[in-house]
Amino acid sequence: MSRTLTAEDIDGGVERLADAILESSEGRSVALVGIRSRGDEVAERLRARLAERGRELDFGTLDISLYRDDYEHLHENPKLQGSDITFEVDGADIILVDDVLFTGRTIRAALDSISDYGRPGRVQLAVLIDRGHRELPIQPDYVGIPLETERHDHVHVSLAKTDGEDKVEIRKKE
Amino acid sequence: MARKDLLELASLTREEIDRILEQAVPFKELFTRSVKKVPALKGKSVLMLFYEPSTRTHSSFEVAAKRLSADVTNFDVPHSSVVKGESVRETVETLQAMRTDYIVVRHGRSGLPGMIARQTKASVVNAGDGAHAHPTQGLLDAFTVKEVFPEMSGKRVLIVGDILHSRVARSTSSVLRRLGVEVAYLGPGSLVPKCCPEGVRRFTDYREAMAWGPDVVYLLRVQMERQDVQYFPSLREYHRVYGVTRDRLDELEDKGIWLMHPGPVNRGVELCDEAMDYQRSLINRQVENGIAVRMSVLYSLKPGASGDEEAEGEAEASLE
Repeated sequence: MSRTLTAEDIDGGVERLADAILESSEGRSVALVGIRSRGDEVAERLRARLAERGRELDFGTLDISLYRDDYEHLHENPKLQGSDITFEVDGADIILVDDVLFTGRTIRAALDSISDYGRPGRVQLAVLIDRGHRELPIQPDYVGIPLETERHDHVHVSLAKTDGEDKVEIRKKE
Repeated sequence: MARKDLLELASLTREEIDRILEQAVPFKELFTRSVKKVPALKGKSVLMLFYEPSTRTHSSFEVAAKRLSADVTNFDVPHSSVVKGESVRETVETLQAMRTDYIVVRHGRSGLPGMIARQTKASVVNAGDGAHAHPTQGLLDAFTVKEVFPEMSGKRVLIVGDILHSRVARSTSSVLRRLGVEVAYLGPGSLVPKCCPEGVRRFTDYREAMAWGPDVVYLLRVQMERQDVQYFPSLREYHRVYGVTRDRLDELEDKGIWLMHPGPVNRGVELCDEAMDYQRSLINRQVENGIAVRMSVLYSLKPGASGDEEAEGEAEASLE
């Protein structure tokens, strides 16, 4: 059994995030930080969409590989892609962006990572898809697509720049 | 497949070499952050087992391990029980009981790190064993050349000095050649092997070597504490014949040639004083890159993974 979300659904999700961020960031200077990989692509789309509407935002990408809590269970350490944060993090108003929010562990790692660049004034979280089943007390501030799933379902996101097409597959565990 | 140990470069695949060099880039980028440390090896222990003195390699590994948040213990061998006659095997058993995750070893005997690697679950990194190998030096040199010449293929590196006794020459030239760099050796006839590895040019005359057209001149350190000194008449003579004198420095500058040296430099022997401020000197960059590359090496190893089979047959040392 599997369900899919189409490119149109994804586009709608990005649009919802853009609307919400546009409204809440009125009068604030905000930086988008995308979590690699795919969170950075969602963040890029948000930035482009907000720029079309006249809102220019600072931008960065974060690789959280060195901040994971599961090295013990990995056969091989994850391949590093590097982070790119060029704006001043001290005091910054940051919105972390990721493709899927699940256990919350990636976001925990991202918070640790960003704080090694400086002390942000505020950090919020925007996710394209919230599929639930948190293992840590982390909640998003902006959600593009809320998705009901079982704990063991596999949610596989493909995005055009990273994977060649826009698509989300939700596979039931057999 | 994750690898447990790094004993010599020959056992690394091209893919593994590329990956270590690639991943050193994000590690180097960390050095400009306010917090230079990452938690990747938090709670892991790294033991520094140095049977030979080495300030630079030792501190480079130590900084690398600490920037990965590992705990570092120095097993200071010359002052410890080895002097009292404890064998290496006993030492390794002691270390095993300490449940250390990584062991960084330097020893005067070729093959000894491989022997230790087989005795322990810990990941073993060879930090120099006799005249055999110094893999992380080779990797950091390759990384440094790659920073200057991203397309390494066809570039020419001239290695100058005591090639015969140098594990730096061996490791650095082997990794450079695998990455497509052309390598030549220059040194006194008594210190350059008669049969160089295939494809490596051999020179004993400085001018002839320069006519070959190197992009990088890599000077090896004259090992005052080893036997090198008896292979040539005097240090002043060495400087005159093979060192970068003031005149030769001008020539390097005119031709835009880069300068490398594994450190520490013997001023007035391998290099004249003025060379220390040479615009195309990569010597300080080698030090910085050494930390990033060693972080990348430690990050790529997995304690407890299966051992390095290729090292099995070739170890010459005995643990007794």
